[in-house]
Formats: sequence, structure tokens, C-alpha cells
Amino acid sequence: FPGLADVSISEDIPVEGEITVPVGSRSPDEDYSTLDEPVKDTIMRDLKAVGKKFIHVMYPKKSSTLLRDWDLWGPLVLCVSLALMLQGGSADSKDDGGPQFAEVFVIIWFGAVVITLNSKLLGGTISFFQSLCVLGYCILPLTMAMLVCRLVLLAGSGTVSFIIRLIIVVAMFGWSTLASTAFLADSQPPNRKALVVYPIFLFYFVISWMILTFTPQ
Amino acid sequence: GPGAMSAPGAAAAGGGRSGTAADWGGFEDNMQGGGSAVIDMENMDDTSGSSFEDMGEMHQRMKEEEEEEEAEAEAGAAEEEDGEFLGMKGLRGQLGRQVADQMWQVGKRQASRAFSLYANIDILRPYFDVEPVQVRARLLESMIPVKMINFPQKIAGELYGPLMLVFTLVAILLHGMKTSDTIIREGTLMGTAIGTCFGYWLGVSSFIYFLAYLCNAQITMVQMLSLLGYGLFGHCITLFVTYNIHFHSLFYIFWLVVGGLSTLRMVAVLVSRTVGHTQRLILCGTLAALHMLFLLYLHFAYHKVVEGILDTLEGPNMPPFQRVARDIPVVSNAVLNTTAKAIALTL
Repeated sequence: FPGLADVSISEDIPVEGEITVPVGSRSPDEDYSTLDEPVKDTIMRDLKAVGKKFIHVMYPKKSSTLLRDWDLWGPLVLCVSLALMLQGGSADSKDDGGPQFAEVFVIIWFGAVVITLNSKLLGGTISFFQSLCVLGYCILPLTMAMLVCRLVLLAGSGTVSFIIRLIIVVAMFGWSTLASTAFLADSQPPNRKALVVYPIFLFYFVISWMILTFTPQ
Repeated sequence: GPGAMSAPGAAAAGGGRSGTAADWGGFEDNMQGGGSAVIDMENMDDTSGSSFEDMGEMHQRMKEEEEEEEAEAEAGAAEEEDGEFLGMKGLRGQLGRQVADQMWQVGKRQASRAFSLYANIDILRPYFDVEPVQVRARLLESMIPVKMINFPQKIAGELYGPLMLVFTLVAILLHGMKTSDTIIREGTLMGTAIGTCFGYWLGVSSFIYFLAYLCNAQITMVQMLSLLGYGLFGHCITLFVTYNIHFHSLFYIFWLVVGGLSTLRMVAVLVSRTVGHTQRLILCGTLAALHMLFLLYLHFAYHKVVEGILDTLEGPNMPPFQRVARDIPVVSNAVLNTTAKAIALTL
């Protein structure tokens, strides 16, 4: 290999240091050591991370866990379950649940992308996927509201059940908006918080509206 | 070998670059903030209405300057090469390689700059540079027609407010469609709402901008988008109120007053920026007609049927009566109600 003779490290510069990387969730060192572990461990670790984030959403403190280690598993699960639960609410039997699933899916992701772009354009310091992660996880209260609404609708669909559903959906909508604001508003310049909160409010309002007006056939 | 050649080549290229840096240095100074695409809008005169405000044109101009500089550099390098050829033959290969290397660097730099320019959302950043106070002020201003139409009125080229208003209109429309049980055969409820609102905002803005271009009005595309977007504030208020309170006469009052005020404001601003009676008439007539008709369309296409008719009549005879019920004012509703009850009882 004559060409390789040129490529050599000069001997007066000692090569020293450590090859290990600091402990983080996304280091290649970890990947090497986790390649041989049983699949159950990998899944459990991811599930635990997702579960921890769920708890952070339910009790929004000013912590940066959601922001630091973003992942989109939780939002995907929530989005799919919400879209599945919103199926079958069409008045006409001709348009089946197909478009509605895609509708919910597109609204959630398209809305989250628009809010992220908006907050970035207003001078936010948060990254694209971090914002998507936060917005997706904060749909959790609304998914729970949907579950409760479906159960209430099983019991009956009169005025009383409508009032119960209204109260639950409004409460969960407020919770979602407050939770996502707690995480996202910090990354904005202080006088522009209202400009960022309004689209989030609108986004969760549309989702709450879809949940509230859901009537099974 | 190749290793030996690259070192002097790199040095010469470095020297060459600094030599021609003087030509390109002026260009570098023109770009504010180095490689960033953000341009300080405060330095621009808003009332001039000139196309200089248009970001796209500015970038085009910068690109043209770049191309001019490149052409000069190319011509300079070619001359340099010819001069050297007459001298030392051995160095021509080296110089040729050096020039090719330089051209490659320039091309790569331009391509990455162009990419970062157009794929960068920083392009839109100046249009979102607002404070909440400003947005509120502009929302209120959009309902107040200006008196001075002989002096070009200032339009803020801002896109945050209009975008949020369009999304709000979409949400209100969804609410109206759901409560009126509108059934969309081809497509979805959400898709229709988004398509209608965005289609109106973008389509009518472009159309009026085109008319403004024909009528020599001093307005840019961003300003037109902003103007029409803020004009939708009146629509939002009207629809929000009348989707919940179903009196036709109330709707007509809101249509005239609220819709009329926001239309008058847009018309006044456009008139202040146009010269000539015919042009003013064409432009403002078209805008007023489209704006008012859009509100009418939004109300009647997605409006909940007045309650009384539905409660009394059940069965397959309903649809024709539904059609009639939408268009009659509240006063004759009572008459129709009692008549329908009477007919139902006799059947």
C-alpha cells in the first residue's frame, strides 16, 4: 500500500485521551452495548421513557425532560388512539370511517407543524422536533377525555350526558393548553408569549370540538 | 505526486482568492449579518409601495449581482490565464487547475448560499416580527375606514395576524358545519373548511394584486395578503355571532355593518394608493363585491337550518322544506311554522 505511507500521524504529537463518551441517551457507545440485550429490555426502556413523559404532562412542572429527550412514540400512540376512537361518528353511512381517521391524523400533525413553524418564526429557541414532541404529548388529557366521553355516551346521549361531556372536555382542553404552554412558552421572548399561545389554544380547541361533537351511530 | 501539487495549488488559490476578494468584498458588505438571510425591514420605506420592498425582488437582485461578480471574475481569470500562457508554459497547467478549483469553490458556495436562502424559513421571519399590542391595534384598525384617501395609507406587511385570522375562520367554519350537520360527499369537513378559507385568502389576494398591477396601484403582494387577511376579522366576528344566534335579520345587519366596515376600510386604503377614477372603480368594486359575497356564501352554505321547521316535520318530505327555510326571514318563519303544523295535522 504505497499510498498509505503518506497518511500517518506525526510521531511528535502524542495521542491520548479517553474514547468513552459521557453518559447520554443517544450515544453510540450505548448502542453497542445494547445490541445484545434481549428485545424485552429495549422495549421496556422505551416504554418507561414514554411513561415518564406522560407523567410529566399530567403534572406539568417546569422540567426540561420532555424537551431534552424528545421522542415521537408517545404522540404517535396518542394520535392513533384518538383517531381510532373518533371513528364511526359520521351521520351518513356512505362515508365510512376512512376519511375521518386520516382527517384527525392530518389535523394533529399539520397543526403541530404549523404551530412549531410559527413559534420558530416568532423567535423561539426550541427545535422543530422538540416542539412536535411537546405538542403531541399534551394531547394526552384530550385522549383521556375522549375515552370518558365514549363511556358516558354508552350510558346515554341526553342533555345530562352532554353537560357532563362538556365539562370534561373543557377541563381537559384547559389542562392540555396549560401543559403545553408551560413547556413551550419558556423558549419565547417574554413579550411575545401571547402570540405563541394563541395558535396552541386554537389547535386544542379544534381537537376538543371534534371530541365534543362526536356522536356514535 | 498529487500531494506535492495540492499544497502550492492551495496556497495559490488562497492568494488568488484574496486577490479577487477586493472585487467581491463590496458584495459581502451588502449582505447584512453575514450569511443570514434576514434583512432589516426597518430601513425600508413602507409608504413608497415600490417593488424594492418585495423580498423576492431583492434576492433576485442580489443573485444578479453575484452573477455579475462571477462573470467579472471569470473574465479576469481567463485574461490572467492567457497572459500566463504567453509566459511560462509549465505554469499553465497549474493555473488552469487553480482556476478550475476556484470556480468550483465559487459555484459550491453560491449553491449552498442559494439553498440556505430559499430553504431557510428566515425568509419569512421579518413578516412575523410583531408584538401582541400591534396585532390588537391592527385588528381594531381593520374595522375603521380611513378618511384620507388622497395620501397613500401605510399598510403593515405582516403575516402573523392574517394567518391567525384565517385559521380562526377555519375553526369557526368547522363549528358552523358541525352544528348544521353539513354532509360533505367528496372530501372531508376539515379539508373543505381549510380549502375554502385559504383559497379565498390566497386566491382573491392574487387576483386583486393582478388587478392592481393592471390599474397601476401602489401595493405589493405581501401588503395585499396582509390587507385582505385583516379584512377577514369582520367575517370572523359576524360568523361567530350568527352561527350561534340564528336570526336571519341579525345576520343581514351584521353583514351590512361589520362586513361593510371592513370592506370600506380595505377599499379606502386601496383607493388612496390608486390614481384615476376608472382604475379606482374597477379595483374597489371587485374587492367589495368579492368580500361581501364571500361572507354571504359562508353564511348560507353552512348555516344551520332554522329550528322550528325541523321540529314539526319529520320524514322523507323534509329536504324540500329545508331549502325554503334557509332563505326566508324570521318574520315569515312563524307563518310557515303554523302552516306546516296545520298541514302535518291534516296528513
